[in-house]
Amino acid sequence: MNWETVIGLEIHTQLATQSKIFSGERTRYGAEPNTQACLVDLGYPGVLPVLNGKAVAMAVKFGLAIGATIERRSVFARKNYFYPDLPKGYQISQYELPIVSRGSVVIRLDDGSQKRVGITRAHLEEDAGKSLHETLKDRTGIDLNRAGTPLLEIVSEPELGSAAEAAAYMRKIHQLVRYLGICDGNMQEGSFRCDANISVRPSGDTELGTRTELKNLNSFRYVEKAIEFEIERQIDVLEDGGKVVLETRLYDSDKDETRPMRAKEEANDYRYFPDPDLLPLELDQALLDSIKESMPELPWEKEERFATDYGLNPVDIQILTASSEGAAFFEASAAGLAGNFELAANWNKGELRAALNRDGLTITDSPVGGADLNSLLRRISDGTISGKTAKEVFEAMWAGEGDADEIIEARSLQQITDVAALEKVVRQVVADNPEQAEQYRGGKQKLLGFFVGQVMQATGSKANPAEVNKLLRAKLDADEN
Amino acid sequence: MGLSKKDVQHIANLARLEVSDEQIDDYVEKLTQILDMVDALKEVDTSEVLPLAHPLHMSQPLRVDEPTEKNQRDLFQANTEHVEQGLYTVPKVIE
Repeated sequence: MNWETVIGLEIHTQLATQSKIFSGERTRYGAEPNTQACLVDLGYPGVLPVLNGKAVAMAVKFGLAIGATIERRSVFARKNYFYPDLPKGYQISQYELPIVSRGSVVIRLDDGSQKRVGITRAHLEEDAGKSLHETLKDRTGIDLNRAGTPLLEIVSEPELGSAAEAAAYMRKIHQLVRYLGICDGNMQEGSFRCDANISVRPSGDTELGTRTELKNLNSFRYVEKAIEFEIERQIDVLEDGGKVVLETRLYDSDKDETRPMRAKEEANDYRYFPDPDLLPLELDQALLDSIKESMPELPWEKEERFATDYGLNPVDIQILTASSEGAAFFEASAAGLAGNFELAANWNKGELRAALNRDGLTITDSPVGGADLNSLLRRISDGTISGKTAKEVFEAMWAGEGDADEIIEARSLQQITDVAALEKVVRQVVADNPEQAEQYRGGKQKLLGFFVGQVMQATGSKANPAEVNKLLRAKLDADEN
Repeated sequence: MGLSKKDVQHIANLARLEVSDEQIDDYVEKLTQILDMVDALKEVDTSEVLPLAHPLHMSQPLRVDEPTEKNQRDLFQANTEHVEQGLYTVPKVIE
């Protein structure tokens, strides 16, 4: 039987605010346990939540970017459940009236095709604390620093048809929230987390199969592998005549398998109701307008502009616009190189990324900036140095030896552009190798490479290869006559 | 509308309340009375009335995104003896 997969993702993004969503406590990652947990976060009696305006603005920004409806009036609700890292016994979230609903993004798949994926809703909520089961010997430790950190939960429509589509969608949302500056996207620190709802059904069926939920998929690779495993598992169960059980499962990356979390005695029953401590959130037009005006260029807008302004191919554009920082770096490095933007693209994709990866740096920490690279590329472009020499200069720039011109000057790396001087070298090389010259003239054209190599060696690689080629041909052909 | 024993047990469980068998009948009766009282509201035609999220006719004031709290961990943790290495501790939770 042919099976069809249906996947929906819930992505939790930590909003990059300075303070928490309902208190004036800090949100810095990595602080000593419980040093960033105030009375509101601890759920003390008598305290009241006050909503962080920046978190609201960030949610609106996301909604505008995905072409969603921004609800002018939304309501906060209590989601009730007991867990030690949730001191109040409820999480403040949004239920019936979320701030963002009905948007979409376009994802690009490996075969180059595109697909529009619906986003059902995105709502504001507070994060819970952290339970540490391994730290202490006999007890579970609770760190409430994270409690009250603002989250935007982004819920997709069940429209993703494969693990690859799910991963592409997750990458797209990750790229978007980073472009918008609303989330740092750091998956190791849990700023960007994902749960997946997965079901399979016989191809052509319209009714959804029973789903399972995979929790806390904290890397793109795991999302893909975990979903792939889970699809296979469900198909095996169904083909053996069994039934998929509605349950939450965890992915074990060491064993590359999913397994059920502790079985629940009964289904979740969160008893949502409007939080009486918070008034309805109303957004006025002035606020919406000011957020609209602060919108940055979006990934797909940048892609389009890169195609028009730089004439690059789609694959390069994807790589160069993956992050707004990377795109800005490229643009700084390509300034004034009209007609030679491909050179800048190749250096950004090649030398730059290789050096960053080698040293474990991100593009914002690059010791060679976009403008620095630009001055180097200009020297290739105007023929001062060859592409090969440029790599040497780049390494020296990377090591902090100065800017491109200083290094070219200090190491005397300028190409020999004096034709008379080059001609002299060419004459000498041909004269020193009469045997090879004879063979060349006899039809062994491949020997030209040998002569080029000799000239380059004699000039310390400073000759312009194109010029050397031209002169050598002229010399060798002239001697023939 | 009547509550069953099972409903009451379910609610008690959600609220982590221990309700003994002897108490259950009493709760079923009393909680059903409350629901009956709420049921009386159904007699009013509310088709033209918008759902009420909050009795005050105000909207949510927004806070500026600035940290205003200082670290008072020692003060807060003086309220409990269940503290170790800066962590609040609870009986081991088995995942």
